[in-house]
Amino acid sequence: MSTAMGVPESGAGVAFMVEAPGMMTTLQDAGRLGQGHLGLPPSGALDGMSLGQANALVGNAPKPDTQTGQPQEFGALEITLLGPRLRLSGGRCVVAVTGDAEVLVNGQRVETFRALALEAGDELHVRRVISGARAYLAVGGGFASTPFLGSVSTLVRAGVGGFDGRALEAGDRLPLSDPAAGIDHAGRAGERHLPQREKRPVRVVLGPQSGAFSHAGITRFLTAEWTISTLADRMGYRLQGPELKSPAGHNIVSDALLTGSVQIPGDGRPIIAMHDRGTTGGYPKIATVIRADLARLGQMKPGDRLRFEAIDPAHAETLWRGRQRAFRRYLAGLAT
Amino acid sequence: MMTPTYHIAPLADQGVLIDCGETIDIEVNRWIEAAALAVRAAGIAGVIGIVPTYRSLAIEYDSATITQHELIARLDALAATLSVGQRRSRRWRIPVVYGGEFGIDFDDFRRRHELSRDELIARHTAPDYRVFMIGFMPGFAYLGGLDQRLHTPRRDSPRTRTPAGSISVGGQQTAFASVEAPSGWHLLGRTPVRNFVAGRTPPILVEAGDCVRFDAIDGARFETLQQDRDWLPDWEWIESGEAIP
Repeated sequence: MSTAMGVPESGAGVAFMVEAPGMMTTLQDAGRLGQGHLGLPPSGALDGMSLGQANALVGNAPKPDTQTGQPQEFGALEITLLGPRLRLSGGRCVVAVTGDAEVLVNGQRVETFRALALEAGDELHVRRVISGARAYLAVGGGFASTPFLGSVSTLVRAGVGGFDGRALEAGDRLPLSDPAAGIDHAGRAGERHLPQREKRPVRVVLGPQSGAFSHAGITRFLTAEWTISTLADRMGYRLQGPELKSPAGHNIVSDALLTGSVQIPGDGRPIIAMHDRGTTGGYPKIATVIRADLARLGQMKPGDRLRFEAIDPAHAETLWRGRQRAFRRYLAGLAT
Repeated sequence: MMTPTYHIAPLADQGVLIDCGETIDIEVNRWIEAAALAVRAAGIAGVIGIVPTYRSLAIEYDSATITQHELIARLDALAATLSVGQRRSRRWRIPVVYGGEFGIDFDDFRRRHELSRDELIARHTAPDYRVFMIGFMPGFAYLGGLDQRLHTPRRDSPRTRTPAGSISVGGQQTAFASVEAPSGWHLLGRTPVRNFVAGRTPPILVEAGDCVRFDAIDGARFETLQQDRDWLPDWEWIESGEAIP
């Protein structure tokens, strides 16, 4: 059982009981932004696009956080490869799963990208993620979890956010905030948008320490095919491929990391920093992944292959504006 | 002081870095601290977060609100005219149990440097350390000003887990960890102080630019302090500049 620590009282008493937790299931929203000076990474959904779509399907529009005033997504369950089996208790709610996943309600296969009404006693089982690495499960009105510094995102390492600051465990009770809020959205469906379908190279802007590498080293970084190793989690992905040697050495005076920073440690194998990363690091960074390609990166898993392509920052900003326009079209499409 | 040589580099379309290069220097770090305060005070719309480090300042932004081009122009203007004055900062008294189960590398470390137990404790507790940055893990404080005789290369093989509250030495730095973390540094002791506690207001006590002084305590005192949930370490105001030679 989850202790109720940090979880506000849910008036409705509607909750999901966790019968099986899945491989690594955590509550994530759009992240705890702007806290790097405390040593706190942003956390948040690795595929922010799928998070936003899951929330939109059940009618969870971003709302200003009570502490920061910044708009924040509702927290949804981020499911990694093998998902949880949940049983609803105490009343009705509406859920939607985004990502490419096999989802069953009371043993019957159901559609993803569709808002589904559940009754008390129903079993919701996200059996597995089919392509990509992650799926997102949103519930109308949201899960009841107290935000910390403007976010309910779970950071297991610091024991903050989500439910008791950890991944789900069998026997946990996940109270819902306002399950009545989503009921009207039952049946609402959206286009199956999967970032992992995009096969083009992952776009980066070189730097800030690309000067530590030779021209040949940078060329190798941009032409090689890389494979995500088994050391890949919410903190970062280690890549396999050719060794990249920095003539200037592999230790720098510690410098800031962002999500998507590509560090080259002493063994010459890149590490891409992900959302639960350290906030600073002591390896030179050859490049930084652009914002528009982070969601796709978030759907990668061990064994997946990728290449990098260098672009300039203004082009990256244009691509991000394009992504945001596409997302607004997606939302407009749901409203009809 | 003079403005250090800096350049501004893109961090893709996510941020920009005001970078003073490969240096551990108190004057550079003070300038970074002043730059962080100035950027925060400027309240530039679209700035999401500010991460000061030893030698750089990362500024995260939202390109829907401000373009990188506009942001760099604003930051360049701020940085070029920045003045670093005397500033009050806090000096924290952080109690530490040295050696034994609290600092498993303490004995190897003092033998390596041919120091007695008391000599090592005296050298580690003497300085007023400057917090050069908070980074890596929540509340992890990187401290500058370590006695030169205690400078020690990192361990060849990092440990995958070190306890919360570890006081350690790596290279020319010493540090004070808040949460359990992997580390290749030498563990000299442990403090009952938790610099980062999620439910506390404020969640973090010791910040970049603050000053830290360690006080040796024994294991019994450690247990007493650790069990007292309301206990917080003492601190006092000092003029920045007086702390570190």
